Amino acid sequence: MALYATLVCQKIIMPLFLIIVTAIGMSLASLQSHASREHIRIVGSSTVYPFTTTVAERFGRISQFRTPVVEITGSGSGLLLFCSGLGIRTIDMTSASRPIKASEVELCQGNGVDDILALNIGHDGIVVAHHIQQPALSLSRNVFYLALAKRVPNPDGSASVVDNPYQYWRDIHPALPQVAIEVLGPPPTSGTRDAWVELVMEGGCQQFDFIRQLQSTDPARYQALCHTMREDGAFIEAGENDNVIVQQLLANPHALGIFGFGFLQQNRDKVRSVAIDGVLPTFNTIADGSYPITRSLFLYVKRAHIGVIPGIEAFLEAYLSDAAMGQGGYLAERGLVPMLDEARANEIKRIRQPNKASAL
Amino acid sequence: MTDSSLSTRQKVERSLARRRATETRFHALGFMAVLFGLLSVVVLFGDILLKGSSTFRQTVIVTDIHLDAQFLGLTPRSKEAHIRRADFEGLIRQQLHAAMPTMTEDEARELHRLISIGAAWQLSDWVVENPQHLNQTIRFELLADHLVDQWFKHDRRKGISQRLSDVQLSWLHEWADSGQMYTRFNRLFFTHGDSQEPELAGVRGAMMGTFLTLMVTLVLSFPIGIATAIYLEQFAPARQWINLVEININNLAAVPSITFGLLGLAIFINLFGVTRSTPLIGGLVLTLMALPTIIISARAAIKSVPLSIQEAAYGLGASKVQVVFHHVLPLALPGMLTGTILAMAQALGATAPLLLIGMVAFVVDVPNAISDPSTVLPVQIFLWADSPERAFIERTSGAILVLLGFLISMNTLAVLLRQRIERRR
Repeated sequence: MALYATLVCQKIIMPLFLIIVTAIGMSLASLQSHASREHIRIVGSSTVYPFTTTVAERFGRISQFRTPVVEITGSGSGLLLFCSGLGIRTIDMTSASRPIKASEVELCQGNGVDDILALNIGHDGIVVAHHIQQPALSLSRNVFYLALAKRVPNPDGSASVVDNPYQYWRDIHPALPQVAIEVLGPPPTSGTRDAWVELVMEGGCQQFDFIRQLQSTDPARYQALCHTMREDGAFIEAGENDNVIVQQLLANPHALGIFGFGFLQQNRDKVRSVAIDGVLPTFNTIADGSYPITRSLFLYVKRAHIGVIPGIEAFLEAYLSDAAMGQGGYLAERGLVPMLDEARANEIKRIRQPNKASAL
Repeated sequence: MTDSSLSTRQKVERSLARRRATETRFHALGFMAVLFGLLSVVVLFGDILLKGSSTFRQTVIVTDIHLDAQFLGLTPRSKEAHIRRADFEGLIRQQLHAAMPTMTEDEARELHRLISIGAAWQLSDWVVENPQHLNQTIRFELLADHLVDQWFKHDRRKGISQRLSDVQLSWLHEWADSGQMYTRFNRLFFTHGDSQEPELAGVRGAMMGTFLTLMVTLVLSFPIGIATAIYLEQFAPARQWINLVEININNLAAVPSITFGLLGLAIFINLFGVTRSTPLIGGLVLTLMALPTIIISARAAIKSVPLSIQEAAYGLGASKVQVVFHHVLPLALPGMLTGTILAMAQALGATAPLLLIGMVAFVVDVPNAISDPSTVLPVQIFLWADSPERAFIERTSGAILVLLGFLISMNTLAVLLRQRIERRR
């Protein structure tokens, strides 16, 4: 009868239970005995991810150390993980597209992570671009604010705000084209969006005196006016994937898209960047800060892990080396805008300089 | 009144046409539904195949390389670590330059950009294995950069070029015309882990990670799930709390998968200290996700075993355990396997719960144990789809094909296993 299946049950399933129980026991035991870790663990910003991984890959290949493992968590979650404690079970460093906040430093100190090495690893530009077959555009931050804020100053010049009335770029300024306002950008969860709101929207709304005065008298209202993007379809949240934005720009020649400088570098043959306040994004204008939408990228390292996890210092030196960030370095090829040589030499020096005070 | 004048037979014949028409319509509707489903599958797979098939070819440039031991600072007795640190990139650069002595500095840099960094790594690997060939001239296939690869495979016929300069194109045309540049099977795609250079990126790491993670999931969830199902169906007393357990299990099957990731983060990582981004933690979390599906289907399979068989066994004096293990379980096993395979397929495609436990990571080294850092195929697809290089879009489709292959072979195995068990009965 059911001989074969009976055999399966008796001879396989029953022993399987025993095997599994022992396997679970053994794996738990092996976890306890795992007292060392050979590879560096890095978490953090998705903006920095392509750069960190490139360095990690070459480092693993050329040095005698294992290839570091790099995770995408986003800047905020990365710092949270970073500050959760010391020890080989925790991560060694995190990357961030913004400086660490005071609250995060406190959290770190509360969990024993009090000796942090903070390294500036370069800059990233946020660009606005459109289909390459469209004529070149130059827009000011002020225009972007008027085009994309939910509520804008009354066009009649009085010190009041109205729901955004602008449908065409020409409505904002007669020199602009008669084209419907349509901008594809990142969602609020993205660091790119944070930087955009902070650098462009706020920069634009600061130009109106009565709003600027709100900053001290009514900060909540100031925040709401300057940071809220319009929701009537002129600004479209296109998701975290910058590739999707580039593809949508190709399908819709009149739309503008907001994304990272690295994606512009990879797609120069398809899209054309918009000059912001008269400045086009290039390596030089981003590095010297004349391009207005730039932010600095950081790497935060636990000093306590140096010497415990092998290769941390060597990895950081490889990150900031000439081969990576010098003239024509491989990180520059990927769209990272390096610091000026002098500042970089300074950062390299700090890697092997134990100094609690300057770390934060 | 007219109806009553007709005989039953006439009534039937009259309504026959209408009933037949209904049947034909329903038949056609069903057929169209199947056709639509098939068409969608064909379009979807066709698109992926079309985009992904070029992943499996890789452009190489064959050239003579003189392994100048003096330049490399090596002897045939050099140690492996020493060889790996030698400047093979410089050697390739020098040899390419020597072939075209009239080049300017800028042109030399542009020429070197056409060759992948992986070419130097492959050359050093080759020398590690064949140190006796130092100081000889060998013919070596240099891996082309991803821009060259994309141009050669897609843009050359269309006469367009992306991000390649005129002088670079003139060399490429020369190499293509002389047959020095050609495509060969992309072995790297199946032997390498992830990479930031598209031409060096492979799915081996993700495949191993997927395999190990699914093994952990299977080994944990299959026995636990089936034991639970047997207990609930055969041994559990009819009490209130058992009812509660049943309702909860049914509800768990509908919980969004990211919740299991949060649970895994809180319990396995923060409480038990399991290492992040390993197949072990991935398998544990996916076990939580797979269990409800397995339990529900296993219970359905047990319920479908005819009661008469159990009664007969009891009648012959079998104990409860004997009835369950000799009669119920063997008959329910095929159904249980089906449920398990469904749950495994679900686990194979899960990305969301893995986000929180560190499996969305860049891992170059191919994992060999359940405690090595690793990633899985769906995550690899997600990471590549998000990369700026266009060559990664092609690789995304390639990885999807591999994932589909994984799924199909898993299902085939399950069907074969089931048939075998059913046939031997």
